[in-house]
Amino acid sequence: MRFTGSADYVSTDDLTLAVNAAITLQRPLLVKGEPGTGKTMLAVQVAKSLGVPLLEWHIKSTTKAQQGLYEYDAVSRLRDSQLGDAKVHDINNYIIKGMLWQAFTQDKPCVLLIDEVDKADIEFPNDLLRELDRMEFYVYETRELVKAKQRPIVFITSNNEKELPDAFLRRCFFHYIRFPDKETMEKIVQVHYPNLKKSLLKEAMEVFFEVREVPGMKKKPSTSELLDWLKLLLAEDIGPDALRSKDRKTIIPPLHGALLKNEQDVHLFERLVFMTRAKGA
Amino acid sequence: MLIDFFLKLKSHRLPVSIKEYLTLLEAMERNVIGPDINEFYYLSRTSLVKDEANFDKFDRAFAEFWDGVQAVPGIEAQIPLEWLLKQVELTLTEEEKKQIAAMGGWEKLMETLKQRLEEQKARHQGGSKWIGTGGTSPFGAYGYNPEGIRIGQDKSRNRSAVKVWDQREYRNLDDSVELGTRNIKVALRRLRKFARQGALEEFDLDNTISSTARKAYLDIHMRPERRNAIKVLMLMDIGGTMDDHIKLAEELFSASKTEFKHLEFYYFHNCMYDFVWKDNRRRHSERTRTWDLLHKYGHDYKVIFVGDATMSPYEILQPGGSVEYFNEEAGAVWVKRFTDVYSKCIWLNPEPEEVWPYRQSIQIVKELMNNRMYPTTIGGLEQAMKALAK
Ligand SMILES: Nc1ncnc2c1ncn2[C@@H]1O[C@H](COP(=O)(O)OP(=O)(O)O)[C@@H](O)[C@H]1O
Ligand SMILES: [Mg+2]
Repeated sequence: MRFTGSADYVSTDDLTLAVNAAITLQRPLLVKGEPGTGKTMLAVQVAKSLGVPLLEWHIKSTTKAQQGLYEYDAVSRLRDSQLGDAKVHDINNYIIKGMLWQAFTQDKPCVLLIDEVDKADIEFPNDLLRELDRMEFYVYETRELVKAKQRPIVFITSNNEKELPDAFLRRCFFHYIRFPDKETMEKIVQVHYPNLKKSLLKEAMEVFFEVREVPGMKKKPSTSELLDWLKLLLAEDIGPDALRSKDRKTIIPPLHGALLKNEQDVHLFERLVFMTRAKGA
Repeated sequence: MLIDFFLKLKSHRLPVSIKEYLTLLEAMERNVIGPDINEFYYLSRTSLVKDEANFDKFDRAFAEFWDGVQAVPGIEAQIPLEWLLKQVELTLTEEEKKQIAAMGGWEKLMETLKQRLEEQKARHQGGSKWIGTGGTSPFGAYGYNPEGIRIGQDKSRNRSAVKVWDQREYRNLDDSVELGTRNIKVALRRLRKFARQGALEEFDLDNTISSTARKAYLDIHMRPERRNAIKVLMLMDIGGTMDDHIKLAEELFSASKTEFKHLEFYYFHNCMYDFVWKDNRRRHSERTRTWDLLHKYGHDYKVIFVGDATMSPYEILQPGGSVEYFNEEAGAVWVKRFTDVYSKCIWLNPEPEEVWPYRQSIQIVKELMNNRMYPTTIGGLEQAMKALAK
């Protein structure tokens, strides 16, 4: 099995290589990068292009490692026993399979995405070391060993909120998605809007990268904001002329609310434009 | 050869482990890459470096390694990857190789290699010798791939070849550079890690319910508190020379506020004296006596001074040295009171560490702090947090 990129996803050479290293050696690939750089999308696209199922485990701050294996719903069982439900005699009725368990029991190899691992407690990755290494775990309630029929292809993403433990890192391949340069970004846009006019693309890209350069921004617009903005520009039928200006710094680009999601950033941006305009006058 | 590469990385203080090195070898063995030095660069990076802050260090080490390879006289052809890999096998004797084959191949090879590595470390420490003894041409022995990378005589071509590692694209992710807004996030991570230590226990309702249901008797569970019990007293210089740094420092710590159970925040000017204040705009009307601070916050507080310690030495050493009013006692006396009361007490200095030796006042303050002064680089912050957590 080899990933060679996909028509819907722009993968750089180093990323493609990292994906293939992870597939071949059956070790997890840890993907880091600022929000909107396509970390989540990567797993989706790899699964699609390899034609294998995708299992997604989205991590929250309260997620526990055990939930990826299984949960024992003791409370329901207690309730059923008081209601005299016959179900109560089979403990299997109260074991809820987690994502890892589901991934381990697939007949075909699958892609398992553990998304935003840094959201959880700092001990979370350590609690999964053995399971990801050996691809097996023990269910104490039923005295059963769950062992992967096929080692899943594991993608783990992180937004860099927390440091991950060394022992965990040593077991992964690592890839850091840099914010795309202009060329790569153009490719990404073309994937989403193949019919976009060149002139509009050119102007829009310039505005976008200028806005990203504005100092002091709390949340710089990323790929997803650019794509959203383009969608609006197209829907409103705004042409390249509206974006073009001799001195772009003195106009506020149309629909800029789609690029700047943070209210403070919008204010900052408007103030800066206003200031340059005042200076110019 | 590859061992030299590994040791080269080590000598650049990259935290690479043998486990990761073996992963790299295994990937090469299993043909993840072709005979292409760019691919080798990518593969070794994805296998060995797990933090983008180290990418730049890696690039520099890789460049050195590559220069060393190119410096071997008589190399006009390509660097065949196969040959690199052969070097690994060459570290084994024929006999060992046979043994390995008999005992089940690669796994065992890795095992042996690991031992070999440990043994060879000492011998290779010189580091710059890429090719072993004997003068036999390894390239002659193993041939070369015509599609590989050109090196050697053909200088111009060589230069035009894009060498990713020479572009140093990750320079600004290196953690020895000064904190910029982009790096603040990463620095916060370190603070957070520090913050999680020493967490107290709190009552765990969910666990208690499920465990009680499971066991049919009341089974109480506790868990570490989400927020920790660490208390921090932060004292920040708002003196004129600090203007450049103040926003940075404030952002850094106000963002970490939620992580600590107690984070107390006061300002001072240049040095500690009789008074500090909470709101800089009302610094002349609403002051807090420094003595009150020392009494109010117990000695279990961790104290962090943030200041450039850049002033006239008189301001530290002389009574009346303050530029704002007549202080009865010298600033040094006040600083010393803090280090006496608080055993965990450090000073963060946003001035570049290179200039410290040339500023007398910085030297004095550093000494007063028992040397616990750190730059506000990510590396410096990490050291500082370590000192506080000790
Ligand atoms: N390399 C890429 N190729 C195609 N689309 C991309 C790429 N990177 C980002 N995108 C687009 O940006 C959006 C955000 O990507 P996502 O995977 O959610 O980012 P992340 O998980 O890193 O926050 C996706 O919906 C996708 O359409
Ligand atoms: Mg995502």
